[in-house]
Amino acid sequence: MNLFSKLIAPFKPSGSCCGPKAECTYATAQRKVAIVGNPNVGKSVLFNCLTGAYATVSNYPGTSVEVTRGKFNLHGAEIEVVDTPGMYSLLPVTEEERVARNILVQEKPDVVMHVVDAKNLERMLPFTLQLLEAGLPVILVLNIMDEAEKLGMRIDPLYLENSLKIPVLATVLTTGRGLDELKMRLSAPVSISEGPLSIPPDDPLEKQVQVLENLLQGNYGLAKRAIGLLLLQGDEEIASLVKTRDAKNAEAIMVLVRSAQSEDSQPLTYRIALHRQVQTNRIVGEMMSIPSRPELPLREKLSRMMINPLTGLPILILILYYGIYQFVGKFGAGFLVDAIENGFFEKVVNPWITQLFTAWVPWKLIQELFVGDYGIITLGVRYAVALILPIVTTFFIAFAVIEDTGYLPRLGLLIDRLFKKIGLTGRAVIPMVLGLGCDTMATMVTRTLPTKRERLISTILLALAVPCSAQLGVILALLAGHPTGLWVWLVVLCLVFLMVGFLSSRVLPGEPPLFYMEVPPLRLPKLSNVLVKTYSRVKWYFAEIFPMFIAASFLIWLGRLTGIFDMLAKLLESPVRWIGLPPQASVAFLFGFFRRDYGVAGLYDLKSAGLLNGNQIVVASVTLTLFLPCIAQFLMNVKERGWKTGVAISVFVLLFSVSVGYLVNLCLNGLGVML
Amino acid sequence: MIISERAEEILETLWVRTEETKKGPADLGLAQTDPAIEELRGLGFIRMDQDKITLTPKGNSAGEKVVRRHRLAERLFADVLDVRKDLVHPVSCKFEHLLHGGIEDNICILLGHPTTCPHGRPIPPGECCRKHGENAGKIVSALSAMKEKQKGKVAYIQTKDRGKLQKLMAMGVLPGMSISLIQTYPSYVFQVGQSQFAVDKDLAAGIFVRTTSV
Repeated sequence: MNLFSKLIAPFKPSGSCCGPKAECTYATAQRKVAIVGNPNVGKSVLFNCLTGAYATVSNYPGTSVEVTRGKFNLHGAEIEVVDTPGMYSLLPVTEEERVARNILVQEKPDVVMHVVDAKNLERMLPFTLQLLEAGLPVILVLNIMDEAEKLGMRIDPLYLENSLKIPVLATVLTTGRGLDELKMRLSAPVSISEGPLSIPPDDPLEKQVQVLENLLQGNYGLAKRAIGLLLLQGDEEIASLVKTRDAKNAEAIMVLVRSAQSEDSQPLTYRIALHRQVQTNRIVGEMMSIPSRPELPLREKLSRMMINPLTGLPILILILYYGIYQFVGKFGAGFLVDAIENGFFEKVVNPWITQLFTAWVPWKLIQELFVGDYGIITLGVRYAVALILPIVTTFFIAFAVIEDTGYLPRLGLLIDRLFKKIGLTGRAVIPMVLGLGCDTMATMVTRTLPTKRERLISTILLALAVPCSAQLGVILALLAGHPTGLWVWLVVLCLVFLMVGFLSSRVLPGEPPLFYMEVPPLRLPKLSNVLVKTYSRVKWYFAEIFPMFIAASFLIWLGRLTGIFDMLAKLLESPVRWIGLPPQASVAFLFGFFRRDYGVAGLYDLKSAGLLNGNQIVVASVTLTLFLPCIAQFLMNVKERGWKTGVAISVFVLLFSVSVGYLVNLCLNGLGVML
Repeated sequence: MIISERAEEILETLWVRTEETKKGPADLGLAQTDPAIEELRGLGFIRMDQDKITLTPKGNSAGEKVVRRHRLAERLFADVLDVRKDLVHPVSCKFEHLLHGGIEDNICILLGHPTTCPHGRPIPPGECCRKHGENAGKIVSALSAMKEKQKGKVAYIQTKDRGKLQKLMAMGVLPGMSISLIQTYPSYVFQVGQSQFAVDKDLAAGIFVRTTSV
């Protein structure tokens, strides 16, 4: 979840080296602090506590994983803070871990703050030992102390400080507890301690590590001991570095590594991890007491109800009903849209601006551009502000609340078996649910899925069968008064989602994915956090789509002016007729190319004019829901998946949506159903 | 009482034949001149009836022990020492002959009184298993085979897939860690230390737990 918030945090320009020259020289001398640790331990909270700003996101060169950077002032000295992606060990498995390690290796931070979840100290301390072995200047931050205390655990930071010989702090960063002491410790230089070594001296492995240490002469940015251990664990990135940095000894080193590896039938990673765990248990066992609690706390009881299918399904339906249907649908798309659209735009803005333009701008052409039927202000701005903004904002509020409680991983584990059938795992539930808000943003978030195959399948499904909130709002309005039609629409959509997912999982090459996910404790969402998340997402959304609305209005104006628009609409008439719609609907479909909901709004006008019967409304809704994503999503597909795939997905979606529309029309008419 | 390796092999074959495949007495055939046959008859383990051999009750219990030693050896090689699959059987064939004087019970205890060999055939229980009868839950089993609410300590991780191993290690699933199974369907949800994780059956099948309570 943390990475996710980072991905969609606002893009601010990073101000470091663009300023005057003096600032640049100063910047190179400033201290740098790196925040590392497992996902979900409060790294971003620490970052925000220190810098006071909500995550600044910058692209890390060469990869798609984002790293957060910021600055703060400590007793007059400027300190740079780098928030790294979550990592479990120095041996990277995922792209995010690779990026995190590279920051430690290449940027040589003056302080490495290892943030751990105090109640899980025994699980996270092995990584601290690893950081110490790597010769890094570590401060250990025992965060979320309140939860550990609630469990009745006693943790003594002083004891840890003595056994590890590094600064150790207990904090509750969400409330600010321990923050002052942390800042104080930051202002002093942090010395380097090797910490207690994990591998017992009588293990032959220790001997091999020592020989490797002697053979390694080059500079790797980490202590030689750590490099030796990484080599033994089969780290290919380090192995290729050895070839250039220790060209002379490279062969001897690799021979030694290979022979050590072949002596053992178990991977050395496993053995080394065991040693670290034994060492950790020794340290933690002497200090920490964990009383067992026979009684399950309330939140654990609730959590078990959420993950049990019998009780979990009704809970899911309740959340969908109140969170999405009532809050987003009724309140956002109904009440708020009504108030802004009818109360504000129709009554105040539109008459005023129309009058202004007709009075001051004599040219009909320019009047049309701004205040005509498809004018930039009367259509584009009105649409973005009155229709999309309330729907999207309410959705993001609901999403942030659901996200902060920790419900999404629980939904993921409930749905994993179903998602396996379509080539995805329970993890994909996050982009899919987010897609109901904004498919473009969700497509960006698919990069958190572990394999390329999962990313591709979810991109296709998002483009085709997951309607975004703007679209949902208009479709619900369109189908209002046709309850059976709404069900037909829903069933067809679910069928398409499952069938296309199933087929693509059959067609696309690659291993079936594994599902594993941490299930964090249920927490009450914090209002400030929900607001900040919603704000930054809405801001991102607006920056992304607002220009498109303006551009669309402009293009439509241009198209109508030159006659291209009428020509294209004419061209679309035949496919529109195939699926049983009146030719007038082709204009709506043409709008649909810009944004699907634009198209649906066009249909709404047709419906109001009485040009569509029940069947036609359902067919049109299905087709437009499946129809090409908006231009922003098309661009995102291209950005994330490449040109070829992005274009191929669009062509597929276009043909597929019209075919499904044709079939639905055929079935409805064939069965003699009149909706 | 030490008998020759060859005689042990014959006992093993006969026991499997009569007790597991229920085929009745075996044809002596070519083995007629085998000195091991004479040895077994001398010890009162087998009875000859024209050219058919049958196990005596004494021979039956001796045969059961040989099979038990062989399958325990297989478990040891497959699970703990992680020997290649195609080597498990031949190596166990040799090793089983060394497991006398209660060593097999020690191995059985070490492995947590396993009930089947890696090929899925039952391991005849020994004295040590009977003693542990009252603590019947105390066995090593895959997380995917455990019941909801069962607890224990991680005994070992068994997977050939490096990626899987690393994912499990990242979750803190390492030998000695306490683990309890919260739910088995639709996904396996377990608690290790103070954290909960959800995994699919594939990953759950790689975690072996020495259970302590049912």
